[in-house]
Amino acid sequence: MAAGDLLEGVELISPAEWAKGKVKSVQDYSLLCVQALANIFRRPFYMADTMYQADLIGFGSLPIVLAACFFTGAALALNSATTLGRFGALTVIGQLVSIGIVRELGPVLAGLVVAGRNASGMASELGSMIVTEQIDAMRALGTDPTKKLVTPRVISTVLMLFFLTILGDFLGLIGGSFVASVILGLDAREYWSNAWQTLVFSDVFMGLAKPLVFGFIIATIGCYYGLSTKGGTQGVGRSTTEAVVAAMILIIAVDVFVTRFLMVVLGS
Amino acid sequence: MPPTLPLEDKPPASPVPAGDAVVFRNVVLGFEDKPLLDGVSFRLERGETKAIFGVAGTGKSTMLKLVLGLIKPDTGEIYALGDNVTRMSEEELFGLRRKIGMVFQESALFDSLTVRENVAFRLMEEGDVSEEEIDRRVRESLRFVELEHTVDMFPAELSGGMRRRVAIARAIITQPEVLLYDSPTGGLDPVTSTTIVELIVKQRDVYKTSSLLVTHRLQDAFTMATHYFDKNSNKMRPLPPQSRAQVPFTFLILREGKVIFDGDAHELKRSTDPYIKEYIS
Repeated sequence: MAAGDLLEGVELISPAEWAKGKVKSVQDYSLLCVQALANIFRRPFYMADTMYQADLIGFGSLPIVLAACFFTGAALALNSATTLGRFGALTVIGQLVSIGIVRELGPVLAGLVVAGRNASGMASELGSMIVTEQIDAMRALGTDPTKKLVTPRVISTVLMLFFLTILGDFLGLIGGSFVASVILGLDAREYWSNAWQTLVFSDVFMGLAKPLVFGFIIATIGCYYGLSTKGGTQGVGRSTTEAVVAAMILIIAVDVFVTRFLMVVLGS
Repeated sequence: MPPTLPLEDKPPASPVPAGDAVVFRNVVLGFEDKPLLDGVSFRLERGETKAIFGVAGTGKSTMLKLVLGLIKPDTGEIYALGDNVTRMSEEELFGLRRKIGMVFQESALFDSLTVRENVAFRLMEEGDVSEEEIDRRVRESLRFVELEHTVDMFPAELSGGMRRRVAIARAIITQPEVLLYDSPTGGLDPVTSTTIVELIVKQRDVYKTSSLLVTHRLQDAFTMATHYFDKNSNKMRPLPPQSRAQVPFTFLILREGKVIFDGDAHELKRSTDPYIKEYIS
């Protein structure tokens, strides 16, 4: 078979065109982020839409965030027990679980779970509105879709992820406590005492600053991919998948930079 | 005595300033390096309805979106109600769009909202209209399209023709000065199509609204050009041939991105252009 036959029907794009497309995507995404933030201070304010989204994102994600954090806390305690046992330091398991969950695993897990559930939901909902001309209809009716659709999702995701992370951290500690007391036979009071006393301001601050950044990433990525949907129902499916992948990768990558930045700022 | 167009004594719902409703001046627009509109120029006078024809892919629907500033041309100028759409920011355009209604090809109703919420969308967004006033105007608009009973239904529960009529109700609720119809009868059965055509004629003759109408159906356009709306019987009636020149209805035909005809039904029938002759045959 000739090489030409293999490439038949494949559209080749020059590297320059590909790069231009990527730069334009970054530009469009940045513009959407700026608009979403600026709209917070501009009338009209869509309180009802924000509350509806908060319920959908916050309450709707609660069971899976709690479950994910509980089992991760339990698994962290189990894995740590092996190493700590070798050094006879099993009693400090509360400290290890507490630091691990509050500083890192709680915010990242909650972010990934909410990204999987809601970035896809936003991309598919807004994508469907694009392909059925509902976004054009909204603009034609004199309403700014970024004000009506994007900003309420950004506000509610940022707020709800913050509270989901607090609850997720708590459930993670309970998971660790369950393993420590039921499987490892440690004193539950000692576990909680260690877990509580080891936390300092910088740990809690870092753990609660991250969900604000992650929430913003999830909502803006979900909305961006939804609003840039092209190509009918197939395009909606593609946008949904791309939104989840992009949101998850960005959360994991940004986590490194936010952690380093806060370590420098907080001196920890 | 031939019937005159009805309700000449009735003032328009909103003040109509002098000048044209819509003006295109040498508008050029391309997609993916291919020209779609190539130097399109025309005028839509106040109170006039202009039907836009052309084979699929000639940019008819795009022209309606250009009027609203939903997309911008590569070059050329577009004026709507005296404002230069091509030079307005998105924020400024939202104000202009409140004076223009559009009926989309597939209705584009918000599927998560009820018929009432869809029709009232513009009023609810304005924020300063009371619930009683919204309810009254929604019912008035739905009565105009004879769908008052669907007020609490969702778009998915309606037939294609009903969705199109709800879209018309949504477009006219604020009595816009210009209405844009994108294939309002496309894909509908003849009976439903006639109902939609009657509504467009009613809007033209009762409220004197300027309209741009994209369609593939010549018979619908000729019906609009040869009929008037009789308010007394609440029906569309045919005009005798000698009165048809009074109807503010014109035809615009596009071919390969250019305007090849812009005139009334009489001029269209007399055209010697072989393409136009074939098109209307």
